[in-house]
Amino acid sequence: MAEITLVEAVNQALTWEMSHNENVLVLGEDVGVDGGVFRATVGLLEKFGDERVLDSPLSETLISGASVGMATQGLIPIAEIQFMGFAYSTIDQILNHAARMRNRTRGRLSCPMVLRAPFGGGIRAPEHHSESTEALFAHIPGLRVVIPSSPIRAYGLLLAAIRDPDPVVFLEPKRIYRLAKQEVPNNGDALPLDVCFVLRPGNDISVVTWGAMTHEVMAAAERLADQDVSVEVIDVATIKPLDMKTILESVEKTGRCVIVHEAALSGGWGAEVAAQVAEHGLLDLLAPVRRVTGYDTVMPLYRLEDEYMPSTDRIVNVINEVLEFA
Amino acid sequence: MHIKNYTHRHSGKVAQFEVRFTRYLDNKGNVVNTPLPSWANKSDVLIPLYKNMIQTRKFDQAALNLQRTGRLGTYASPLGQEAIGAAVASSMWAEDVLVPSYREFGAQMWRGVTMTELLLYWGGDERGSDYQVPREDFPVSIPVASHCCHATGVAYAFKLRKQKRVAVCCLGDGATSKGDFYESLNAAAAWHVPAVFIISNNQWAISIPLNKQTSAQTLAQKAIAAGVVNEQVDGNDLIALRAVTERAIDEARFGEGPRLIEALTYRLGDHTTADDASRYRSQAEVEEQRSNDPILRLRSYLLNAGLLTEADESELNQECERNAAAAVEQYLATPPQTARSMFDYLYAHLPDSLRRQRDALAGQQCDG
Ligand SMILES: Cc1ncc(C[n+]2csc(CCOP(=O)(O)OP(=O)(O)O)c2C)c(N)n1
Ligand SMILES: [Mg+2]
Repeated sequence: MAEITLVEAVNQALTWEMSHNENVLVLGEDVGVDGGVFRATVGLLEKFGDERVLDSPLSETLISGASVGMATQGLIPIAEIQFMGFAYSTIDQILNHAARMRNRTRGRLSCPMVLRAPFGGGIRAPEHHSESTEALFAHIPGLRVVIPSSPIRAYGLLLAAIRDPDPVVFLEPKRIYRLAKQEVPNNGDALPLDVCFVLRPGNDISVVTWGAMTHEVMAAAERLADQDVSVEVIDVATIKPLDMKTILESVEKTGRCVIVHEAALSGGWGAEVAAQVAEHGLLDLLAPVRRVTGYDTVMPLYRLEDEYMPSTDRIVNVINEVLEFA
Repeated sequence: MHIKNYTHRHSGKVAQFEVRFTRYLDNKGNVVNTPLPSWANKSDVLIPLYKNMIQTRKFDQAALNLQRTGRLGTYASPLGQEAIGAAVASSMWAEDVLVPSYREFGAQMWRGVTMTELLLYWGGDERGSDYQVPREDFPVSIPVASHCCHATGVAYAFKLRKQKRVAVCCLGDGATSKGDFYESLNAAAAWHVPAVFIISNNQWAISIPLNKQTSAQTLAQKAIAAGVVNEQVDGNDLIALRAVTERAIDEARFGEGPRLIEALTYRLGDHTTADDASRYRSQAEVEEQRSNDPILRLRSYLLNAGLLTEADESELNQECERNAAAAVEQYLATPPQTARSMFDYLYAHLPDSLRRQRDALAGQQCDG
């Protein structure tokens, strides 16, 4: 079996589901003839035709809002927003309509749709192309927010997102679109939503993270293993709703917790994780919960982006501080 | 792919437009335009429409009454705009989908939404949007114009599945200033889908009059930039409305692409029960507009044409009043939902992580 990248795994999941469910369609800017600016939808137009692979006008509100209309008719639209920086006008449709349609009609209408968007820094992209604002979406009731961190999880989680009966925002960490390859069995098997994945078991400290940052965290864990520190790495994957059970069980075992994300510190999703650890796991803690994140600044243009994003060094330092606390 | 060659073109006019306006009845109900549509002398067509308009008004009176006596929340009256809903909904097929604004009760009722459901919604109960008859119709859209996108999407689904169905979206004049309105028209035309947009231009968006809303001569012409066929109609003339909505919806249904209709009307009441229109418009203006009342206009026409007698009329009025009273009674007798119902329809299956909150609400546990 050939090894594929994360973006190829996205493409493989889209192809699988479109082949097996005629209600699934893809729409967005440049998704058809061009195959998407990151090539996530390459080859779909040829296989499924231009009615199911729809090159849309440059119109994010419409892309998300038309998806709401399609979804209420039993289609499963997978809308691509070219970059997360242009997804903010979709929040009106996601928050006011997609995520509350089931509730406000008492189950009469629902919105089984997926909104995909690449996000995050580290690829020397132009202004507005590098932010991580997943917390804006994760705050929305009735929504799922899912972030894969490897080709295998991209494939399995995207299939699950498409099959989920409620709307899912699927954020793809574009820095790792082509960073690593994995063998991904193309068998249509989904991975579970709403649960964290333990990427590396450990006993001394729990590090909770998601998306591209899993790579820095795994590197930090590797480095600390040389010093006989055993780090448990948790990839949250579905950040909303949040699987606190896995996180709290880990903290109960290790007594220490560090949260790592690229997004700005204040009001980031790490704050929610930390608050819940404090509410439900305080007596297990041997040291304060710490966060390693982007700063509360505007995401800098790319010459400074490496300074902004948590590095393996920063993560290792904070883990050491937490271990030395007591 | 067809890309026009512009390199050899000489200077000159490349596009122009005109907007058609249709009216059959003046405000006294006199015929001012002939020939009338073929159904304009048929009581089996017109009386149900007239009845829908009266029912809408009786419902409105009952709802305002409930609101004033503290038994209904904030409510948006359609007073003076009743002809539009009747015309639009009666031009649709049952299997079409209505995507309504928050002021189209007549259209919703025609399609089978009950007055009790409408009262439940405005009375703060989500069950009011669980319409038992038009199961695929949208609930009302409070975020102005955002629902235009839904109509385009629903219509796309019809086209993809080769169904002869139409998505019909109702919106206000204020809505036409928003980007999502334009984005929806633009995509509907680019995708050539069966969507029809009906603007109830009632001259006001809360306190903002039309001349502060736009410098465009008409709202219909906003569709031209998007390539959507459009026209204007007297929105208080049921005969004209019915003629243009029926044609537009049929054309959309049979593959001719999206349509837009601007219906000129007037909001006789306050914006909502939370509004006091005397702060921004004169009573004289409102009084002048009362002579354009769509119900009075159709009534005069029907009486003159011998399609209605005064006896029929008083019976209709009584029946509609009884219907409204029965709905009020049923609404008031409906027990509230349980508090935990706010969790019951949030997701198809409640995620484990939310059980704790739901149980806390239900009093089984005291921490959040
Ligand atoms: C997007 C949005 N902005 C503001 C409001 C508050 N608001 C409610 S109705 C309204 C005026 C709408 O006017 P119009 O579209 O003409 O419809 P009408 O109320 O006259 O039927 C406003 C500003 C809203 N509901 N949605
Ligand atoms: Mg208005």
